[in-house]
Amino acid sequence: MNLLPFQIVVLWSDALLFALLAAVFLLALWARRQAPLRASWARVAANKAAMVSVTILMAFLLIGVLDSLHYRARLDAAPGQAAAGKAIYAVEVTSLLDALLAPLREHPEKTYSAPLATHLFAKEPLPGTEMRDFPRLAWGGAHLFATGQAAEDALAAHHVKDVLQRGVLGAAGGLLFWLLALFIVQRANIAWRRKSAQKVGSGDTAPDSNQAVFLPKAVVPTPNPPARNAVSLTLLALCVLAGVAIGLGTGYHVLGTDKVGQDVLYLSLKSIRTGLLIGTLTTLVMLPVAVVLGILAGFLGGWVDDLIQYLYTTLNSIPGVLLIAAAVLMMQVLIDTHPEWFTTAAERADARLLALCLILGMTSWTGLARLLRGETLKLRELEFVQAARAFGVGRLAIMQRHILPNLMHIVLIALVMDFSGLVLAEAVLSYVGVGVDPSTISFGTMINAARMELARDPMVWWSLASAFSFMFILVLAANLFTDAVRDAFDPRAMS
Amino acid sequence: MNLLTVKDLVIDIGQSRPIDGISFAIAAGECFALLGESGCGKSMTALALMRLLPPNAAVSQGSIEFAAKENQALDLLSLPEQKMRQIRGGGIGMIFQEPATSLNPVMRIGQQIGEALALHGQRQRQAARAIELLTQVGIPDPVRRLDEYPFQLSGGMKQRVMIAMALAGRPQLLIADEPTTALDVTIQAQVLDVLDRLRREQGMAVLLISHDLGVVARMADRVGVMYAGQLVETAPRAAFFERPTHPYAVRLFAALPDPSRRGSQLATIPGSVPPANTRYTGCRFAARCSDAMPVCRTAMPAWRGVENAAANSFANEPPNAAANQAAEKVRSMHAVRCFLECAPQAAAPVEAGKIEVESASPGVAIQGNALPLLAVTGLKVHFPIRRGVLQRTVGHVRAVDGVSFTLHAGRTLALVGESGCGKTTAGKAILQLVPPTGGQVNLRGQSLAGLSAREMRPLRAQMQMIFQDPFASLNPRMRVGEIIAEGMRALAVGTGEVGAAAGKRSSGKNPSTQATPYAARVAMLLERVGLHAGMADRYPHEFSGGQRQRIAIARALAVNPALLVCDEPTSALDVSVQAQILNLLAQLQREHQLAFLFITHNIAVVDYLAHEVAVMYLGQIVEQGTTDEVLRNPQHPYTKALLAAVLPVHGLIRPREPLSGEMPSAANPPSGCHFHPRCPLADAGCRSQAPLDVVISATHRVRCLKIQP
Repeated sequence: MNLLPFQIVVLWSDALLFALLAAVFLLALWARRQAPLRASWARVAANKAAMVSVTILMAFLLIGVLDSLHYRARLDAAPGQAAAGKAIYAVEVTSLLDALLAPLREHPEKTYSAPLATHLFAKEPLPGTEMRDFPRLAWGGAHLFATGQAAEDALAAHHVKDVLQRGVLGAAGGLLFWLLALFIVQRANIAWRRKSAQKVGSGDTAPDSNQAVFLPKAVVPTPNPPARNAVSLTLLALCVLAGVAIGLGTGYHVLGTDKVGQDVLYLSLKSIRTGLLIGTLTTLVMLPVAVVLGILAGFLGGWVDDLIQYLYTTLNSIPGVLLIAAAVLMMQVLIDTHPEWFTTAAERADARLLALCLILGMTSWTGLARLLRGETLKLRELEFVQAARAFGVGRLAIMQRHILPNLMHIVLIALVMDFSGLVLAEAVLSYVGVGVDPSTISFGTMINAARMELARDPMVWWSLASAFSFMFILVLAANLFTDAVRDAFDPRAMS
Repeated sequence: MNLLTVKDLVIDIGQSRPIDGISFAIAAGECFALLGESGCGKSMTALALMRLLPPNAAVSQGSIEFAAKENQALDLLSLPEQKMRQIRGGGIGMIFQEPATSLNPVMRIGQQIGEALALHGQRQRQAARAIELLTQVGIPDPVRRLDEYPFQLSGGMKQRVMIAMALAGRPQLLIADEPTTALDVTIQAQVLDVLDRLRREQGMAVLLISHDLGVVARMADRVGVMYAGQLVETAPRAAFFERPTHPYAVRLFAALPDPSRRGSQLATIPGSVPPANTRYTGCRFAARCSDAMPVCRTAMPAWRGVENAAANSFANEPPNAAANQAAEKVRSMHAVRCFLECAPQAAAPVEAGKIEVESASPGVAIQGNALPLLAVTGLKVHFPIRRGVLQRTVGHVRAVDGVSFTLHAGRTLALVGESGCGKTTAGKAILQLVPPTGGQVNLRGQSLAGLSAREMRPLRAQMQMIFQDPFASLNPRMRVGEIIAEGMRALAVGTGEVGAAAGKRSSGKNPSTQATPYAARVAMLLERVGLHAGMADRYPHEFSGGQRQRIAIARALAVNPALLVCDEPTSALDVSVQAQILNLLAQLQREHQLAFLFITHNIAVVDYLAHEVAVMYLGQIVEQGTTDEVLRNPQHPYTKALLAAVLPVHGLIRPREPLSGEMPSAANPPSGCHFHPRCPLADAGCRSQAPLDVVISATHRVRCLKIQP
């Protein structure tokens, strides 16, 4: 007998995402105990741009994680069935994010409406009359009509006032929340310092470890004050933005609605998880293949090199979209012919997402592998590799100790480049119709749906603009962060 | 009237000041040499003259005046860019160190020279003028060369083309920035001859930038010694080489390897050139100067003249006949920036290091019929040349073609030759880093041929290699401790024995290497090569070239080898650092009875260090014997030419005939004796008949048809 009012659903992609997070966390714990690694991460922590990026990425990650906690709500049992003791759960799989965003999700409009609008975007014949006018929204600004019963002409001024009022209130709420959070963190920090000072006695190692509490990443030992200030300012900005969004979002569609009247803010937030998954899981599939094959080809040479080169030239010579389309369609047929594998539509959509990751990964490793092969060819002839050979160090050990670490900067750059590239590739594939499941919300599907509306006059710009801004911030933050990581880990750049 | 006058030039890059108050003047037709180690600001000065400084560098004080026409001095620093472009190439020409990267690889020689000609208003008869220029710099068959690309030319030829391009604008001053550093000695001699002849023929002044005392002695009229962004001594050549006065200059001379210092230590300059952002309160050299007085650390020494006997003999030598006698006198004065009244004698450290010459070379006496440590017989390394779609082998590069020698414990065999003669490949083939095509390598009587990697592993500990480039030979991503421990880990040596004292000293300081069983030995090795045990946790980029080379030596020593193959271990280092490394190697040889196979092109180092010498030419040893036999009594014409090309630092410059031509390709060696196309003695027999070894004495063998036993 399940006492919970819901049934937990763990999708495959959820499991993979949490496994990835756990791996990162364990790696971070391990890295904390390695002095040189900690020193390198400390350099990252001292970098303002990097820490701002981390904060933003963490916000995105938080949304992604909230959206990955799936469940099926228990339905109120019909009076007759209650005695049976068998709970009935909703067919629809929802996530924690869906629950938090319920007001946005549950108040669709009929079709397009501009951000913060009170009326639909297009004129329609009003019911009961012969006139065509902009009908009122079902939810956006509905409270204005409910409370004030204001006349249509006085509405505009009233509307502006209401928006400002809600915005300022929201911002103040965000600020308050930020101050409260800061206060709690400070107190915790002081308490922790006192405790560890007692424990250590002399306390000279204390400042090294305690401040990690302050920052989202546990691996960060001592951020210097400017970076700490930058982080708290970023948090302030995020809090205020969230406050404004909440303040306005309870009465309006903050970023408008799309063709079928769904809230664009909700769609954008939901797209984050898809973007993160495609970016990270695909990279996970592609990276080992690219690194192993690239290094093997470059270092061993001979027939191994020939084989791997033929493999990737062949793969490269097939038009990418065609190959992916074929693979996705095959996968789709497979999924469609085996409905018994999936209990819910969400699981099926999830399987399609994973299949897309796998296929994208299998086709996108060639560029990185080619790059790594070339670099390995160069490194192989360097004298430190010769010296290792003179010691009789095995080939595997040379590749692992001498070649791989000297390739990591390329891998890191490629990782981020691919992350952004893959998020974009998803958009392209969704356009062709071979991307994610139509029921999965993603930046690609959003852009695809908004594409034609740019040609309208007046333009429907908000769908595209919000998808673009969210994607842009995500990719930019990832880029800046990787840049800082690469600099911090390059021993030649240290001074 | 001076052609170029530099006054109190100061260059800033951000907070650092690489050039701090340099003044010198160059008269028309004169060759002034800036001498100094890397990082002292020589090249920066040259770039400032051309106004080609990097964007972050700025001239903050001083003036540069250039007398482009008679009685009309231009201030180069305030000249508009438009005018400056005419000065570059037209007034001042420049040639660079690396001929391989100074020419555009996708333009024909004729086009590149034509471009330089067109820029300086010589649009008519370009081809004829280009041919004339190529003839001037001594390029044979210039008409054909005009249509060739740079890759079809050898390094020496490329440098000649660079000189021809610099001459295209008929400059009055030529800046030569290390013009021959990248070239072999025989080619260096040819290029320097060309430069010297052109200077005399065209009355062109030359600003020569070099770290090589020999090149400066050969070329310069006057010398300026630079140290840490300042000139510390200026003098006419004869006076300078006869009696260097600044402690830095004195020590540079003392650090040169020399046969008279065999078995004793070379004088070294402790430390290294300070970084450009150092702040000074006193003399810049005080920190490294053993004669430093308290005043040296607090006050900047002013220029003072040096009483010099040689100045008189020099006075009638310079070619220019400037009217101003007084100015001439000042210009040719020997001046130094030092508080010391009399020049210090570098002899002191040499005497201190004079450790019993007899016992220093115990290995010299070969014990009768003792088994040699290393015996190489008929070693061959041929690289296949593959062409076409199917990668068929169409020929072989005979990099090493039948090399034989033996090496006993505690002795040094120097393998000498120009680049491309196969000496490095031979070294690698002995270590089995390159699979030999034929021949035998026996280590303590055990053949290395056909051993599997597993069988080879125990033997790897016996022989190790030190590489030429200390910047490429250490993995930048590994810490020094890991680098040194790598061999021990791979070959499982060094865990048992623990240097207790060294272990204690380093305990607690570096927890990460302390955890490994090798930490104690790593610490001991670091101190053994003159570094601190605490450096094990640092990365290679934190070390200077000399320190890196010490780390590389420690890495090789870690597995207790009996044989070290040293591949040009000092050619990338400055003279003073070279002396430190050579001293270290000599000391290690004495203490561990190490045998060195020393691969080098530097005859002075060979003369100082080696017991035996083998001269290689095109994959074959043409002459071998003891150092005295080969260097004092050379028999083979190639050995003679090689020795003649070495530029002496002391004494008179011998008139000599430089070796003509360049080494042919090993893919297509000449018939008969490989040396015959360049040999002054060659006749028809040499072209058809390959020579065999001629035994001159028990140890001396020569491969030449012209020599009778």
